[in-house]
Amino acid sequence: MHPYIMAAIGGVLIGLSAVLLMAFSGRIAGVSGIVGGLLPPKPVTDRSWRLSFVLGLVLAPLILRMATGASGIGAPAVDYPALLAAGLLVGVGTAAGGGCTSGHGICGLARLSPRSAFAVAVFMAAAIVTVFVTRHLV
Amino acid sequence: MGETTVGVLTGLLFVLGLCLSGMADPSVVLGFLDLAGNWNPALLFVMAGGVSVTFIGYRIVFGRKRPLWSKSFQLPTAGAVDAHLISGAAIFGIGWGLAGYCPGPALVSLASGRPQVLVFVVAMLAGMVFVRWMRARPRAAIAATSEA
Repeated sequence: MHPYIMAAIGGVLIGLSAVLLMAFSGRIAGVSGIVGGLLPPKPVTDRSWRLSFVLGLVLAPLILRMATGASGIGAPAVDYPALLAAGLLVGVGTAAGGGCTSGHGICGLARLSPRSAFAVAVFMAAAIVTVFVTRHLV
Repeated sequence: MGETTVGVLTGLLFVLGLCLSGMADPSVVLGFLDLAGNWNPALLFVMAGGVSVTFIGYRIVFGRKRPLWSKSFQLPTAGAVDAHLISGAAIFGIGWGLAGYCPGPALVSLASGRPQVLVFVVAMLAGMVFVRWMRARPRAAIAATSEA
């Protein structure tokens, strides 16, 4: 199947996941928020659904690989120092900005949240500029 | 019990979507962000599929008074666009553009067993803990902002 069709189908499944989580548990399917709530200091009290969602995240590729032979996980694109810096920036940024690609990008936009629309515009622009600098200027 | 089951199942479905769509491959993500290079619009299709299904689904779900297996909907309070939101999103964007990982795909990629992914995830968790710690201090330098 064409990769763009697969991409759209993948997006639909992500959307279904967000809708089901809201329908049954009343929660936003934002990965940084779900994970952040588990971290110190003052982890939140509603840990079980968060832990189980993260468990699903980590286990799914293994199931996918057993079922289809391929997990869909690609190789890291950059070296260790860049991964370390990028990890720190993603952690600080999503915690300070209250969301990532799933929370702001899928759930926030679907709720027509002005905060999320702003956040998406800013992180997309920052990421595009960063890629331009690292791939075409440096 | 119910919420745990929903958590695992929605987590699995979420990852199935990520992996099928190519978003668990940093080169696909960076290919989307590289407008000046060999642009790959795949992420646009993921967003279009995801946002439209969620938009319609949320309309149906919010027609009910409360979730099926929980007491109430826990939604972020609609705050103003503030400096924390903008600076946080900008910092996240730079990190995302550097490596091609946002939090979901990074956690999913742990299953590959590659030490590079572990380095990214540990650094990401440390960054989150740092911000939470700053906020937890009295008269925090970073004021509390709501989740997305």
